[in-house]
Amino acid sequence: MNALIISAVWGVLMMFSGILLKRHFLIRNLAVIGLVVLLVSDLLEMSGTVFFKMDVKGMILFDRFALFFDAIIFAATLIYFFLSAKDMEKIGVNYAEYFALIFFILCGITLVASFQSLLILFLGVEIISIPLYILTGSEKKNLKSNEASLKYLLLGAFSTAIMLMGIALIYGAVGSFMSQQITIAKTPYSALLIAGMILLLFSMAFKASIVPFHFWAPDVYDGAPTVFASFMATIVKAASFIAFIRLFNDSFGGMKPEWQMWMAVLTAATLFIGNITAVFQQSVKRMLAYSSVAQAGFMMFSLYAMNSDATEGLLLYIAAYSLATLGIFAVLNKMNDHTFDGFNGFAKSQPLVAAATAICLLSLAGIPLTGGFLSKFYMLRAAVNTGKDIWLVVFAVIMAAVSVYYYFRLIQAMYFREGNSHTVQFTQPFKWTMVAVAACVILLGIFPNLLLYWLYF
Amino acid sequence: MIPVLFILIPLISGLALFFFKNEKTAKSFALFSSLITLAVAVSGLTFLNDNKFLQYSHGWLSFLGSSFAVKVDGMGQILCLLTAISYPAIFISTWKNEYHKAGNFFGLMMLEQAGLMGVFVAMDALLFYFFWELALVPIYFLSSMWGGEKRVRATFRFFIYTFLGSVLMLVAIIYLFSQTKDHSFSIESFYSLGKVIPGKTQSWLFWMMFLAFAIKMPVFPFHTWQPDLYEQSNTPTTMVLSAVIVKMGVFACFRWLLPVVSIASFQWGDVVTSLAVIGILYASLIAIRQDDLKRFVAYSSIAHIGLMCATIFSETEIGFQGVMIQMFNHGINILGLWIVVEMIEGQTGTRKISELGGLAQKAPSLALFAVIVGLANLALPLTNAFIGEFMMFNGIFSSDSTRYHIVFTALAAISIILVSVYILNMIRKVFYGDDNQITREAKDIKWNSKLVLSVIVIIIIWLGIYPDSMLNLTRSLSESILKSSDVIHLLSGK
Repeated sequence: MNALIISAVWGVLMMFSGILLKRHFLIRNLAVIGLVVLLVSDLLEMSGTVFFKMDVKGMILFDRFALFFDAIIFAATLIYFFLSAKDMEKIGVNYAEYFALIFFILCGITLVASFQSLLILFLGVEIISIPLYILTGSEKKNLKSNEASLKYLLLGAFSTAIMLMGIALIYGAVGSFMSQQITIAKTPYSALLIAGMILLLFSMAFKASIVPFHFWAPDVYDGAPTVFASFMATIVKAASFIAFIRLFNDSFGGMKPEWQMWMAVLTAATLFIGNITAVFQQSVKRMLAYSSVAQAGFMMFSLYAMNSDATEGLLLYIAAYSLATLGIFAVLNKMNDHTFDGFNGFAKSQPLVAAATAICLLSLAGIPLTGGFLSKFYMLRAAVNTGKDIWLVVFAVIMAAVSVYYYFRLIQAMYFREGNSHTVQFTQPFKWTMVAVAACVILLGIFPNLLLYWLYF
Repeated sequence: MIPVLFILIPLISGLALFFFKNEKTAKSFALFSSLITLAVAVSGLTFLNDNKFLQYSHGWLSFLGSSFAVKVDGMGQILCLLTAISYPAIFISTWKNEYHKAGNFFGLMMLEQAGLMGVFVAMDALLFYFFWELALVPIYFLSSMWGGEKRVRATFRFFIYTFLGSVLMLVAIIYLFSQTKDHSFSIESFYSLGKVIPGKTQSWLFWMMFLAFAIKMPVFPFHTWQPDLYEQSNTPTTMVLSAVIVKMGVFACFRWLLPVVSIASFQWGDVVTSLAVIGILYASLIAIRQDDLKRFVAYSSIAHIGLMCATIFSETEIGFQGVMIQMFNHGINILGLWIVVEMIEGQTGTRKISELGGLAQKAPSLALFAVIVGLANLALPLTNAFIGEFMMFNGIFSSDSTRYHIVFTALAAISIILVSVYILNMIRKVFYGDDNQITREAKDIKWNSKLVLSVIVIIIIWLGIYPDSMLNLTRSLSESILKSSDVIHLLSGK
C-alpha cells in the first residue's frame, strides 16, 4: 500500500516540478529521490511497517510476492534512471512530464502485482498502458515515433477490449470479479468461463508480447525513443508477466489442465519466432526487441509449469533479464549508429563499457556464472519437474543455442572487428554504473539466494 | 585443498593478468603461476597424496540441491597433471612469440586453465556443467582474437556446435536430477540411477549427453569444426585445445556417461563404436592427403581420439586402463607435435608439407625430436603410446559387450598401418630430401624449445618403459567404473 500511494502522489509532484524547477538536474534528482523513497517504503512494508491503511474490500492484496516484485521493479527503475535519465533530455522539452508518466506506470505496476479482483487488474493494465502510449509518441517530430504510438494505441485498445469481454464473460459464469470466487468454480466448467479465460489469456499474451500476439512489440520498440523502449522491454514486460502469473495462479489455478497445453504451444511459438527472427536483424535495437520476445518465451515456462520453482524462477529471471537488457539499451542509446556495424571496434575504444556489455550479453545467452543462466536453469527445472512435455524443454534449449548467434554477433562486432565507434564518449559515472550492473549480473549468477532469500524471510 | 588450489591459482592470476600492460612481465607472471600449479599437481601425486588433501566440499546453491564438491581421484590426477604440465610447456616453447594485448592473452589462457581444472575435479553435476561451459568462454575469445584470417568464423562455428551440445546435456542433467531420490546433483546420487531408470528413457538421455561429449572429442561425424579451428587459431591456443580440451569429452564419458546411463551405454555401444571406427579410418585416410601441417595434426588427433572412444564402449578393464593412460600420452605427444609444427612455421614461414624439405640438415636437433615424437605418435614399442594402444586394442578385442569385437578390432587396427604411412611420410617430406628456397635459411631451434621437447621425450620413454607409474593411479577407479556400468549380468538375469 505504501508504494501505491507514494508513486501516485510523486507522479503528481513530478508534474508540478516541471513548472517550479527550471534546472533539469533538479528534476532528475527529485525523481531519483522519489524512487529511493518508494523503494524504502516498499522494503519497510515487507518488514511490517505500513504507512497507509485502507479498506480495499479484499480487492488488493500486498503479499510478500507482490512486495518483493515491486522492490525488484523499483530497484531496476532506479538503475534505469542512473543509466538513462540524462538521455531523456534529448527527446523533447517536457522533461518533468516523462518522469511523472513513469511514476504513474509504477503505480499501475504495483496494482497489477497485487490484484485480487479482475477489476483491479483491468485498472492496473490501463494505468500502465496509457502513459506508455504517450511515451512512445513523445518524440513529436519523428514520424516513426508517431507511427509506433498510433499502432500501439490501436492494438492496445483492441486487446483491452478483448480483456474486458473476457472479464464480462467470467462475471457471467461465476457472478464475481474476485479471484478466490473464480478459483472455486466447479467442474465441469461452463463454456462461458472457458471462453472468458481464453480471452483473458489472449489479451495478457498481447501485453507480454507472446507469439502470435507479438507483432506490435518490435515496431513499437523500434519506433519509440530508445530510452523508453528499454523501459518498456524490461520493467513493463516484467509487470505484464507478474499480472499474467498472478491471474493464472490465483484465478485459474484450479483449471490448469484446461490451459496448460495452450501455454505449451504459446511457449514453443514464442521461442521459435522470437529467436529465428532475431537472427536476421541488422539493427541492434530490433535485435533486442526480438530478443525480448524470445526471452518472454523462456519466462512463459513459469506459466506453463506454475509451481514454486516457477514463481521463484520468474522473479530471478525478471531481475537478471531486466538488468542485462537495461545495460545494453543504455549503451545502445549513446551510440550514433544502431546497426551491428556501429559497434565495430568498440572494445578498443571503451574496454570497460565493452566488457560490461559483453557480460550482459553472456547473461542473456545463458552462460553459467551469470544471472541469465540460473534463471533459465530455474525455468527448465520447473518444466522438467512437471514430468511431461520434455520435448518443450529440448526445443527451448535448442532455441537458446540459436540465441547465441545473435548475442555473440554483437560481441564479435565489439571485440573482433575494426571500426570507428571511438567517437562515442561516456561519462565516468555512467561507466561505473555499467560496471555495477555487470557485477550484479554475475553476483546473481553465483549467489542467487542473496535475492531469493527475501521472498521467504 | 589441492583441487581448490587447482582452480584458484589460475583463476586469480588470470584475472590479475588483465591489468598487465607490459608483455614481458605478463609472460613471466603467467609462467610463474603455471609453474606453481604444476608444483601443486606434483605434490598431490607424491607427498600430499592423501584423501584429506585431495577433496573438498562446501555448501553452495544448496537450495538447488548442488554443492561445491571437488575431488581429485586417479583420473583427475592424470588429467590435472596433464593440464599442469601443458601450460608451462606451452609458455616456454612459444616464449619468443609476440602478441598484441599480451595481458589479455595470458589472462584468458589462465582462466581457461581454471575452467579445465574445474571440469576434471567437479564431483557435482551442476558444478561440472558450470565448468564445462566456463571452459568454453575463454577459448572462444582466445581463438577469435588471435590467429588466422578466418578465425572468427571458425571459432564461432565451434562455439555454436559445442554450446548446442552442452545445453542438451543440461536438459539431461536436470532430468536425472529430478529422478534422484534425495534431489541432489551429487555424483553418488547420479550413479545410483544407472540401473534404475528404464532403458527407453536412458536412450534419449544417453544421446543428449553423448552429443555434448562427442562434439568435444570430436567423434565422426561431429568433427567438422576441428580442422578449421586448429588451422585458424594461433599455436598456443591450438595446443591447449588439442592437448587438454579434447580430453574433456573422453573424460566425461567415463565420469558422467557410463555409470549414469549404463543400460543405454550398453545398448548403444555398437552404434557409437561403429561411428568411432569409421572416424578412425576416415580421419587417417584424410591425414595422408593433408598438405597443411596444422590440419594434418588435427586429423591425426581425430583418429587417435576415435580409438579411445571405441575402447570406452568396449567396457573392459584393460581397455579402460588403456584409455586412461592414453589420454595423458596423447596430450603429451600432440604437444610435442605442435611444438615441432610451430618451430617449422617460425623458421620457414610456411606450413605446407609440399613446400618443405631437407630441414634435417639445417635443424638437426629439431629433426631428432620430431622423429622421436612422430614415432611415439605411431605407437612404436618402448614409447608411451604403444602401451596405451596395445591395451586399447586388447580391450576392444576381449569385449563382452559387443558381438562384433573382432570386426571392430580388425578395422581399427588398420589405422596402425595408416598412421605409420602418414607420420613417416610427413617426416620424410619435411626433414629429408634436398633443401629448397624456403628451407635454406632455416636455423636450429633455441634452448627453450629444446628444453620442453627433452622433457616430453623423457616422459615418452619413461612411460614406455615403466607405464605402471601411471596405471597404478587409475586401477581402482577403472575397476569401480566398470563395476557400476556393467549391466550385462543385470540384463541377462532378467
